[in-house]
Amino acid sequence: MRARVLVRPKAGILDPQGQAVERALPALGFAGVRNVHVGRLIELDVDDPARLPEMCDRLLTNPLIEDWEIEEAPEVAETTR
Amino acid sequence: MRFGIVRFPGSCDEVDALAAASRVGDAVLLWHADHDLQGVDAVIVPGGFSYGDYLRAGAIARFAPVMAQVEEFARDGGLVLGICNGFQVLCEAGLLPGALLVNLSLKFVFRQVELEVVRGDTAFTNAGPSEGRLSIPVKHTTGRFYAPEAELDRLEAAGQVLLRYAPGHNPNGSLRDIAGVCNEAGNVFGLMPHPEHAVDPLGGSVDGLTIFESMRAHVEQHVLA
Repeated sequence: MRARVLVRPKAGILDPQGQAVERALPALGFAGVRNVHVGRLIELDVDDPARLPEMCDRLLTNPLIEDWEIEEAPEVAETTR
Repeated sequence: MRFGIVRFPGSCDEVDALAAASRVGDAVLLWHADHDLQGVDAVIVPGGFSYGDYLRAGAIARFAPVMAQVEEFARDGGLVLGICNGFQVLCEAGLLPGALLVNLSLKFVFRQVELEVVRGDTAFTNAGPSEGRLSIPVKHTTGRFYAPEAELDRLEAAGQVLLRYAPGHNPNGSLRDIAGVCNEAGNVFGLMPHPEHAVDPLGGSVDGLTIFESMRAHVEQHVLA
């Protein structure tokens, strides 16, 4: 399976990266943008998707400061990797 | 008294830590891929960018072979000091509470800061001014100490906060101005400031020596005695 792990800063933790983006957008004329948060996206092929939660908890994220969500992603042809 | 300083690929302060520890005792470098602590009496996990700090600061280094030995050493009550990246590694390894987040400014900070010694009766602070101040530099981008509110209350009540940034000196937005915390047993300590860079009058302050002298005193009184 090709998996996509979405990593977000936990709600309630100050996210200065998100705040910086939120401040920058109006400066470029993009008004009406709120609640910006910046996270990470990890894509990986796994033989055993059942092990993904453990991978998330032990290495891919720090559960104290980040939330994660696993999605199935479209398979990618070998040649494009 | 012999200190062991772990060297990971990407460490950059291990030589300064070695030099600082050598002022108060013997000191050797420990290689990240070894399974051997060479019988040292205390371990220092130094600053730098272990394994490139890929993914998150300290996230990969915690799985280094030598870290299994460090964890066992810590479980057995051995003194472990984590400085900057070493602090991040020890948090990621679960040896210390909390986590370090990117500075509120999003910028690298490099400056001398004043620290308040919250407790002067620990293995890492006994040689310093009790409830006094230390002048020690910080240099980091990811140094904002974070733990959930309830955990912060617990850490303070349990006396695990050993150092705070003095008023006006918090360089990174650390919650409750926390600069250094220890584990429940008091034998593992991590801090963002760099005591190894404050050991010679030429550097402007020798306050960092306090940490190494405290560790030596503790080991001589409790381990080697």
